[in-house]
Order: sequence, then C-alpha cells, then structure tokens
Amino acid sequence: MRVKITAEPGSTMAVETGSWRMEVKPKFLQKNCIACRLCYLVCPEGCIEGKEKNTYHTDYRYCKGCGLCAYICPKEDIVMVKEEEKV
Amino acid sequence: MKDIFEGSEAVARTIKACRVGVISAYPITPQTRIVEFLARMVAEGELKARFLNVESEHSAASVVLGASATGARAYSATSSQGFILMAEVLYNIAGLRLPLVLTVANRALSAPINIWNDHQDSLTLRDAGWIQFYGESIQEVCDLHIQAYRISEDPRILLPVMVCMDGYILTHGHEVVDIPEPEEVDRFLPPYKPVHVLDVDNPVSMGLLAGPESYMETRYAIHKTMEEALEIIPEVAKEFEKIFGRKSGGLIEAYRVEDADRVIVGMGSMMGTVKEIVDELREEGERVGALKVITHRPFPGKAIYQALRKVKEIAVLEKAISLGSWAPLCGEIKALFQGKEENPQISGFVIGLGGRDITPENIRDIFLKWKGKVVEAEFVNLNPEIVGKGAEK
Repeated sequence: MRVKITAEPGSTMAVETGSWRMEVKPKFLQKNCIACRLCYLVCPEGCIEGKEKNTYHTDYRYCKGCGLCAYICPKEDIVMVKEEEKV
Repeated sequence: MKDIFEGSEAVARTIKACRVGVISAYPITPQTRIVEFLARMVAEGELKARFLNVESEHSAASVVLGASATGARAYSATSSQGFILMAEVLYNIAGLRLPLVLTVANRALSAPINIWNDHQDSLTLRDAGWIQFYGESIQEVCDLHIQAYRISEDPRILLPVMVCMDGYILTHGHEVVDIPEPEEVDRFLPPYKPVHVLDVDNPVSMGLLAGPESYMETRYAIHKTMEEALEIIPEVAKEFEKIFGRKSGGLIEAYRVEDADRVIVGMGSMMGTVKEIVDELREEGERVGALKVITHRPFPGKAIYQALRKVKEIAVLEKAISLGSWAPLCGEIKALFQGKEENPQISGFVIGLGGRDITPENIRDIFLKWKGKVVEAEFVNLNPEIVGKGAEK
C-alpha cells in the first residue's frame, strides 16, 4: 500500500510561513543603512531584499522574526518591535 | 560463474551482476572488502557505475537516497557503528518509499569496541521500515541480494531491503559460490522503473512535512506493505528457483521440524552448525529440528507459528539482546503463542556476542542439558573468571 508522499514543487513560496512568527518582528528603519548586505546574507529564510542604502526590507509573509538581521546590523538600523506595531 | 570466492568478493560480483548504477560507501570493518572490490571494478571500467567517495556513513546513505530518488539503482554497505550512524537517513529512505539494497556485514556495537560478529547492529533498526534478510551461507547471501533488488523495486512494495551477513564468518570466509552473469540476472531482474522520480523537467517535492492529519497514514501504508510483502517474498523466491535452479530466500527454512519435540530457532550463519547438530542428534534418536528465520522484517509470524505449533520446546538463539528484556526475536516468538491452544516451552539464549565462537558443543548442550527447563535470556558460554569473582561490585 502506498499513500501520496510527493507533492507539487514550490511549497516554500506557496505556504506563507510568516504566520509562525511570534511576538516580535524586525523593523527596517532605513536611516543609517550602508547597504553592507549582512542582513540579506544572514536571513535564514532568504526573505530580505534591497539594493541601495536605506532600501533593505523583509517580506513578512515569510519572516519568522528570528532577529538575526537586527543582531548583525552594524548601524543598529534594524530593530525588533512588537508584532502589533505598524511598520 | 562457479568458483571459490571470499564472501566479500562474491557479494561485490553479485552487485555488479545486478547492474547497479550508483554506489556510495564509507569503509568499516568487516564491510570494507566488499566496497573495495566494487571500487576496483568501477575504476577498471569493469562495472559502469558511479562510485562516490564520502566522508561518513551518514553521507553515504544520503548519496544513495538521492541516487534512488533520481531513478538509479543504488547500493551501499556498512557495519556496526557505521550502520547506526546511517540510522537517521535509513528511516528517511523507507519513509520516502525508495528502493535500495544495503548490505550489513554484521558486527558488534561499541563500547567496548569490538570488530567481530553479532546481530546487535542491524536489529537496532528492525522497526525502520526496511525489509531485513539474514543469510546463512555466502551463496544464500548472494542470492538474497538479487532477490532484494527485485522485491525492493516491485511497484507493490517500494521499500528498501537490507541483506544481513555475518561479519568475518561470511564476509571473509571462502566458499564455492555460483554467481550468475549479468545477462542471467537480467532474466530475473528487469531494469528499474521508478514510480516517482526527481526530475528537473517534471519537478515534484519529496519528503515534505506531514502533520498530525496525515503522518499516521504514511506509517500505516508501510505496515500494510510489509504484510503484503509476506506474500510477495515467497513468490519471488519461487521464481528465483525456476530461473537459477536453486532454492534460496523466502520467509523461513524449517529443517526436520515435522515430528520434532524440540527446535532451535535462529538466524544467519550459526544455523549451519545447528542443522549439523540436528542431524547428529537425530541419528542418536533425539527428535530435534531447526528453524531458520530468513526474512526478519516483515516478521513471518504465521509461517513460524505453522512450523512450530506441534513442537514441545523451543529455544531461540540470538546474537543480540534487548538489554533489560528478552532478546528481540525470543519476545516475538513468545507473542506468537499468546492466546493459542498450543503452549510450547519457549526459552531464550544469547549467544556469540562480539564474535565469541558458537561451537557444536554449545548447540548440543542447548538441545540436551536444557531439556525441560525454561530460561528467559540465558547467556551461553560466559567466562566465569570475568563475571564471577573478577566482577566489579
């Protein structure tokens, strides 16, 4: 007997796992950003984007709120805020 | 080709005859010779396959998982610590329903470190969803590998199979072995046609999350497949006999049990010694027999029950112990008779751990000296100097 154990590909995009986030989320202040890209590099979800200084932002549909981007930012330009705060 | 072969070489030549496409393994005693032979065959162009060198058994198992998922016929072999390092991946291979054959050159587990034979390694993974065969002779081990691919790739099964062979006794022993040519194996083992396959042109996702709403069904499906395999394994053995002209494989081998009062149950190479002693004791007028369990998973409970139901005394000999309980097979044989009219005396003996010799005298003693007595997990042939006065308090 077999049951279906394979699935359509692309579930990483299809399933918006940002709903797993609890309590806090990163807020990108976009004031002192030097575009060093460290936040982009450390994000385990790969959901941070940006090009020029002060353009970096995260995709809250996938962000888990782990805080690594805020931790690594050398300019303290990313801060963790309460989930309910408007960003 | 019929010749005298070392067990490891015989297995390597059999794997070659099965036209394996991807091999990955990490060397560990007593498995090493098998993969050395295969590596040489690949290097010399004698076997057209990819041999991937890796940094551990965990990686070796991961490589063959991936190879099988892409539709290749894959192979690996290991022993002991290497086997339990593979454990995490081995569960995944079964859960992903990927056909694969793994040779386990059975060896004791650490600590203390010991490179010699017993069955403690492979028995730790009896619940992993792998079909498990135990061979008695080099010939039987080779034949089981060919059948293993056929069973594993059967679209009704799609489960991995491990063929267990006693380290040193079978891997390094020499025997006259009849190894079929690849063209002969082709008549029995058609090219592998994967049911679901990783393919960039038709992408699928494998091994995704299954939550409380669907995980249990995947386990149920493997369990049902195991039950179905109890019908398919003997069918495959019959077809093997038709093509190659010798009996090999199947669920169990019952040896002189029809009118036996006392029967020894066991697995692997020791059953050769047991059958010898059965013949000797029969000549002396003792009504004794032997029952060899070839297929350990799925557990052939009905076949064993049918073979043993008229027997008065059963002794289960195992190269393993579930520390703090019975040895694993003994507990299962006991369970077979629960609630049945027949009520044989069932004793458990732990024997030959870490390569300790199992002598003809040991087997005679179990048949004769233990007559009428029940023991739960009796360690045979312990050294009294180590466990007696010399034991630390």
